[in-house]
Amino acid sequence: MIQGVQIDLISADRLERLTALEKVRVILEKVMEGNVVVLEKGLTADEQSLLIETTMREITPDGFAGIEMETYSGGSSDSHKSGGLFGGLFGKKESSGRLTVIGPANQMKTLKKDKDLISAWVSSR
Amino acid sequence: MSFLVRTKQKFSRLFKGLFKKKQMRIGIYGPPNAGKTTLSNRIVRDWTGDAVGPVSEIPHETRRARRKEGVTISDENGNAVTIDIVDTPGVTTKIDYKEFLEYGIETDEAIVRAREATEGVAEAMHWLREDIDGVIYMLDSTQDPFVQVNIMLIGIIESRELPVIIVANKTDLPDASPSRIKSAFPQHPVISISGLEGTNVEDLYDKMIEYFG
Repeated sequence: MIQGVQIDLISADRLERLTALEKVRVILEKVMEGNVVVLEKGLTADEQSLLIETTMREITPDGFAGIEMETYSGGSSDSHKSGGLFGGLFGKKESSGRLTVIGPANQMKTLKKDKDLISAWVSSR
Repeated sequence: MSFLVRTKQKFSRLFKGLFKKKQMRIGIYGPPNAGKTTLSNRIVRDWTGDAVGPVSEIPHETRRARRKEGVTISDENGNAVTIDIVDTPGVTTKIDYKEFLEYGIETDEAIVRAREATEGVAEAMHWLREDIDGVIYMLDSTQDPFVQVNIMLIGIIESRELPVIIVANKTDLPDASPSRIKSAFPQHPVISISGLEGTNVEDLYDKMIEYFG
């Protein structure tokens, strides 16, 4: 049997239909199974915060140790401003980040990260 | 006590309760070992003579958010701000109890420490979404600021439109590079300090009065 790591590429459409908690659950279930998840469109700031909180609650000794998560650095800090003038006037919709890679912390390590390149190393369990 | 005096005091309390400006709750956030508790202790000691919690070189020494209420910071021009300081556990996306073993901690204690740390981080994230009015974001200026957890947390703080002051700490160390932090987060004020030695904390106090007042 071929040894390796499963990579799940989740489309923006698929995540868009879910609530914040559902998104976090979908991602964490896959990562806790040892899969690497690639999100076509990243999570909003609130969803990221919820992901960290939920991740912490799932960590167990000698089991799940948390997540490694990377997204392109450029632009993420400006995401809140994306609503612009009209967003400010009419209640802006919080924008999501860019393509995001999430994997199990004990299997994935970021080697290099730039504004336009993420290099990660993943080991099988 | 006469009826009139009691009634006057009652109305005075009611009036203050109705119109008193809500005291801002300022969270000190950042990755583990950035010097959050050292700074919290310094602020609280400078302005109240008290302390918040113990410090240590072992990551996640602070595993529960600690709060000191009613800390009044003032300047020589008579400007002042009264805040609640919340010292939070270092935020991370992973915690493995084995990292504590490297510091000579026994396995059982390391497991307990890791569990408390995970609960503390979850609590800190929850507080950030619900209960914090402003943030001091602490960074170790000898470390790379462009790591995901910093970018993510600053993004979360910005999305909530919370006032934030970034502190480039540990300027007493030879490898310190506060300019790297300034270039990473040009959209926010960055104050360089040594929390340990107290260098430049006055600038931070001035900025706190300006930002949180």
